Amino acid sequence: MSELIEGKPGQRYLLMGNQAIARGALEAGVSVAAGYPGTPSSEIIENLAKVADEANMYVEWSSNEKVAAEVAAAASFAGLRSLCVMKQNGVNVASDFLLHLVGGGTRGGMVIVPCDDPGALSSINEGESRHFARMLEIPLLEPGDFQEAKDMVKWAFELSEQIGNLVMLRSVTRLSHASGSVKLGALPENRPRARFRHGGFVLDPQEGAVTSAPVAYKHVLQQEKLEKAESLFEDCPFNTYTGPENPELLVITSSACNLYCREAIEILGVSDRAGLLKLGTTWPLPKKLIRTHLENCSKVLVVEEVIPFLEENLKVLAAELAMEIGPRTIFAKRDKTIPSVGEMNPDYVIAALVKIFDLSYEAAPADYVEKAGLCVMAGAPGRDLTFCPGCPHRASYWTLHNVLALDNRDGFICGDIGCYSLGMRETGYYALKTMHAMGSGTGLASGFGKLDQFGMDQPIVAVSGDSTFFHSVIPALVNAVHYNADITLVVFDNSGTAMTGFQPHPGLEVDAMGHDAPSIDIESVCRAVGAQTTVCDPFDMELTRDILLEKITGKNGVQVLIFKQSCALSPEKKGKPRYEMHLDENICIGENCGCNKLCTRVFKCPGLNWDEKNQHARIDEVICAGCGVCASVCPTGAITKKERA
Amino acid sequence: MTAAANLLSDPFNLVITGVGGQGNVLASRVLGSMLTQKGYSVTIGETFGASQRGGSVMSHLRISSKGTWSPQIPKGRAHVVVSLEPTEALRVLYEYGNPDVYVLCNTRPVHSIAVISGQFKYPEQDELRQWIRDLSAKAWFLEATGAAMAMGNAIFANIMMIGALSAADILPVDKDTFKDAVSNMMAADKVSVNCDAFARGADMLLAEGISGA
Ligand code: SF4
Ligand code: SF4
Repeated sequence: MSELIEGKPGQRYLLMGNQAIARGALEAGVSVAAGYPGTPSSEIIENLAKVADEANMYVEWSSNEKVAAEVAAAASFAGLRSLCVMKQNGVNVASDFLLHLVGGGTRGGMVIVPCDDPGALSSINEGESRHFARMLEIPLLEPGDFQEAKDMVKWAFELSEQIGNLVMLRSVTRLSHASGSVKLGALPENRPRARFRHGGFVLDPQEGAVTSAPVAYKHVLQQEKLEKAESLFEDCPFNTYTGPENPELLVITSSACNLYCREAIEILGVSDRAGLLKLGTTWPLPKKLIRTHLENCSKVLVVEEVIPFLEENLKVLAAELAMEIGPRTIFAKRDKTIPSVGEMNPDYVIAALVKIFDLSYEAAPADYVEKAGLCVMAGAPGRDLTFCPGCPHRASYWTLHNVLALDNRDGFICGDIGCYSLGMRETGYYALKTMHAMGSGTGLASGFGKLDQFGMDQPIVAVSGDSTFFHSVIPALVNAVHYNADITLVVFDNSGTAMTGFQPHPGLEVDAMGHDAPSIDIESVCRAVGAQTTVCDPFDMELTRDILLEKITGKNGVQVLIFKQSCALSPEKKGKPRYEMHLDENICIGENCGCNKLCTRVFKCPGLNWDEKNQHARIDEVICAGCGVCASVCPTGAITKKERA
Repeated sequence: MTAAANLLSDPFNLVITGVGGQGNVLASRVLGSMLTQKGYSVTIGETFGASQRGGSVMSHLRISSKGTWSPQIPKGRAHVVVSLEPTEALRVLYEYGNPDVYVLCNTRPVHSIAVISGQFKYPEQDELRQWIRDLSAKAWFLEATGAAMAMGNAIFANIMMIGALSAADILPVDKDTFKDAVSNMMAADKVSVNCDAFARGADMLLAEGISGA
């Protein structure tokens, strides 16, 4: 969106949280930004990449989050401001480098923005990143609304330069993917020139070599930096209090929960009884500030997501202060006032306040809710996620599932996270049997592949996306080849990072900024490490089936099969159906046919419907993407395809 | 920027719901921009995860003259539900509905795989309409997808529903606000067809009658 760079300072715009963060980085004069796509973080890098040329920035989608952190750190070492961005799981990947980085410190301001996903709305875990700030001993900032999402980024860069270390700014789905009104600030004019100074005294933080050793010396420096941050936090403008001077209850919160707390207090009309302390700086906690508020109130409610991070850090402070100010009652997660898993919302805060203040509250009349509940049960059939109409993964899993069934030795598929994770569910015929971190399917397969020694005789298949291949499959593949594991790796090469909105990866001829880039060919990489590699089109179901069957029945070390067919939503395919599909109602004889509705009951592309009244299948012209695959599924030949002009 | 006029409630809470792929996010962004232009503070909450893969999707809009609100509407507090798919209206009403809520509903079903595979039956139109009427103070049923297909692409149903909303006398938005908003968001060649879709939606609502069905 051009507003990101053309928007007028002083004017208000409706910005997505991620756009606000990107604008904050631009206002801070960031030179380099690197990340790996992952919901809910992707739009930050995406938006910066779009304006990179205009803003004289360098922006990349790195091959994984550790590399992104390294790329950003290099810019910092050369005196530039840099940003690295990832979803919560990415911090796990980057953490090895980060733990070294923070020991040696940074030069140009460097900020890491992890976007957490409480409730795992688009993830397969809700593990969060805040505890990394404590482990890394770096300052942690959490914006409490959209304006702050922008403003705090700039502040974070200043802080990073003041202390000479990395700063973490944590967002969550309900900020990153929500939108609100943001008043813009000015964009800076010049950017510093990059130069890495390394010729000075070895321990000089600006002129010497950069490393975390000698640890005994550097660790002390690192903790001094953190203490300095804490003292700056004492009067940070992003820690705010609203409420009476001596409230009955002090609500302490951060991040999106700020908005939930504010609303809950307003709805229940308890603003004269409850005070709201919204913290923008949640690690280390500003002790003096907290003390001032605890002195005025004996009961505290902590509202946060997901782990009791704020709660535990606050309890440490409360324990330290107890001798001076007396004990405090703290309602939070550990006493179950607030749920200990999942994301928060205004209603959970309302429930907590209702309990603490002994109030009563009804969201909607009970008879209404009961009636609506019955209507949903009777009238709103479940809507499980499915592969898009025309998605290559549906065809791929159809073949994988059928081949494993044909082989009949109880074979299974190991996978990981991506659109193809839906292979665990109905739309993927429940073919996928393990799903963990990126690249883990191949690593697990490598391990399963060595269990024949202990009598295991099941065929083992791993699946990976193309972006995932570059992110973390390569080391596992090398391992499997080196140890001669008997596995088949299927790479679903759909030409982009489909799940998160089609970001380019190293296999493509274009980079994040839209510039030409040399592509790395997955097939050549697989061959180079010594895996027998075949490429095929999963839409050619017969041929794919035969090749796959041959691969999994032989015992020949690592076999790679690359399923090449681009995502149904890829720019070259979207809105341009390849085939005109036709269903001959006279040939489709429904229940009477031996197939027993194979296309709708089993294959289940959403582009197909079952016409109950007339007892035959129907192509839903609104939904069908014209991929032609169902023509190969129908055993009677009722479905036919015709190439469009 | 004009000063924010009075809202029926402040914050005014609106849910746009549908199935991934129906253009829910675009609809909420367009409406949000229109109201921002009118001087309101708008907060939109949405989840993108299921948005392209056939799941139920929802955007929450909070429209206010006072500032930013929670991106999640508290349970039972929706004022209007705009539904691009009828069964999704029921799901939203169960969580966010109340006896005073208004519903604008596109009637075209999108069958989930549970229905396609025959595990569940999709309810009859009459039944669905009756349930939605029972759970709302006013309801409008529009064949937006059908009208959009007549215009050449089913995707315009989302913009038609926003057009319909503009005609229902609930929010201070009209075709001029729409044109301004989309001119900033879309390529020039897409603006006029979207304006047509918007106008068509408004006409469809007026044909049903301002007091709903
Ligand atoms: S986004 Fe692409 S890869 Fe993902 S489910 Fe849809 S068609 Fe398949
Ligand atoms: S051609 Fe068949 S399989 Fe492909 S999208 Fe249409 S209905 Fe689905």
